[in-house]
Amino acid sequence: MMGGYGDVQLLNDDGSRLDGRKVDEMRPVSIEAGVLPAADGSAMVTHGLNVAVAAVYGPMEAHPRKIQRQDRAVIDVRYNMAPFSTSDRIRPGFNRRSREISKVTAEALESVVLVERYPRSKIRVEIEILAAEAGTRCVGITAAAVALADAGIPMRDMIVGVASGKIEDTVVLDLDKAEDNYGQADLPVGILPNTGEIAFLQMDGDLSPDEFDLAMEYNFKAAKEIHGIMVDALKRKYDGGEA
Amino acid sequence: MSQGQAGAEQRLVTPGMAIGPSTGKRAGSGIIVAEESFIATQLGWLRERNNTVSVDPINAAYMPRSGDLVVGIVAEVRNNLWFMNINGSFQGLLPMSLAPWKVEFGAARQHMDVGDVVLARVQEVDECHNVVLTMKGVGLRRLNQGAVESIPVQHVDRVRGENNALLQRMRDACDCRIMVGENGRAWIEGSSEGISWARSALQQLVQEGHSKGFETILNEMENKTKGDA
Repeated sequence: MMGGYGDVQLLNDDGSRLDGRKVDEMRPVSIEAGVLPAADGSAMVTHGLNVAVAAVYGPMEAHPRKIQRQDRAVIDVRYNMAPFSTSDRIRPGFNRRSREISKVTAEALESVVLVERYPRSKIRVEIEILAAEAGTRCVGITAAAVALADAGIPMRDMIVGVASGKIEDTVVLDLDKAEDNYGQADLPVGILPNTGEIAFLQMDGDLSPDEFDLAMEYNFKAAKEIHGIMVDALKRKYDGGEA
Repeated sequence: MSQGQAGAEQRLVTPGMAIGPSTGKRAGSGIIVAEESFIATQLGWLRERNNTVSVDPINAAYMPRSGDLVVGIVAEVRNNLWFMNINGSFQGLLPMSLAPWKVEFGAARQHMDVGDVVLARVQEVDECHNVVLTMKGVGLRRLNQGAVESIPVQHVDRVRGENNALLQRMRDACDCRIMVGENGRAWIEGSSEGISWARSALQQLVQEGHSKGFETILNEMENKTKGDA
């Protein structure tokens, strides 16, 4: 259940949000592909004040052998927040939250990567959050998708992570830190923009069916926008220009 | 706009991008068919040849195929076989029965040890990606001299050119023996200046290969060499 502190005002009197955005407006997004020369593929995504770097290694032989699948590759995701990524220092290392996000991210990526092409193999995806301001799992997924494309891993589509939520009984797109902490609901999803499929969905808090539909409408709109930025980043890296 | 690859349609595609209707054409590598339309699955240059639409990937991993010539590095030695690093997801296995020498059981290390470099051919790849190598064949041997340079797997055909024309031109320019394995490793043997010249040409391909043809790189290198002389 979200915080839902009733006395925290998250919308201005004119209906805009505390940072001046409209309810269906996203924070600014910029993406750079191929930022780490040692990785097979990499990307850095800046989404508002979030900064995520993703690196992809492989496909390689899956170790230990017990994790091998005879008919497909496994995707091994490690999501980690850097100790300096938030205002309060985070204790380094894996914790319950990072384990959960690693798992849901791996499952989302497995649904788009053509894993059947690489039996007994492993594709390693490292996601490092350098700066956090709400919505880091979505930013991590977007960064991982660009890094996978940069590594030449075959995929059905490039998955986009995006979130909507509810503050003061109003559905809004792309929650910032205050809205995430004091809002009423959060709906992060992984969208395949070309097919309109949903590869992962989580919901924290309560949304009515109508609010859910509106939140998904915002998410699909934002996913299209972010997908364009992802494609531009890859074209800028390899084609020397915009799409 | 970059040059991409000579002769290829100058269109960069990303995974999930719809390319067009699939009617009357075949899907090649890097393409899947969904609801009668072609969808790209890899980042790369779109290419249409012989009625087949495919993607020349910008980055790709080496997937061994039977008959491939590879430059392998011995990674492990057992009593009767060697495990080779062939720059793929899995190590290649070279049994002593497919080595060019008569090897006694337990004496494999006397012929090749960890770190040795060999020119081998892929004998067999099964559906689980087990790779068996052979060194029985013309020219297959242990490489005792020279240098090994890594090149991206997707650039191997570009280094060779049509009928090995570019490879031969590079050999002539640096006066070295050069073998390019399908697994993205080139073996270069000759004078130290020649090896250095060939390595810098290949390194330039690694850095600029996605936007520049290897022929252009060779032209620039040759002009620079003439200028220095």
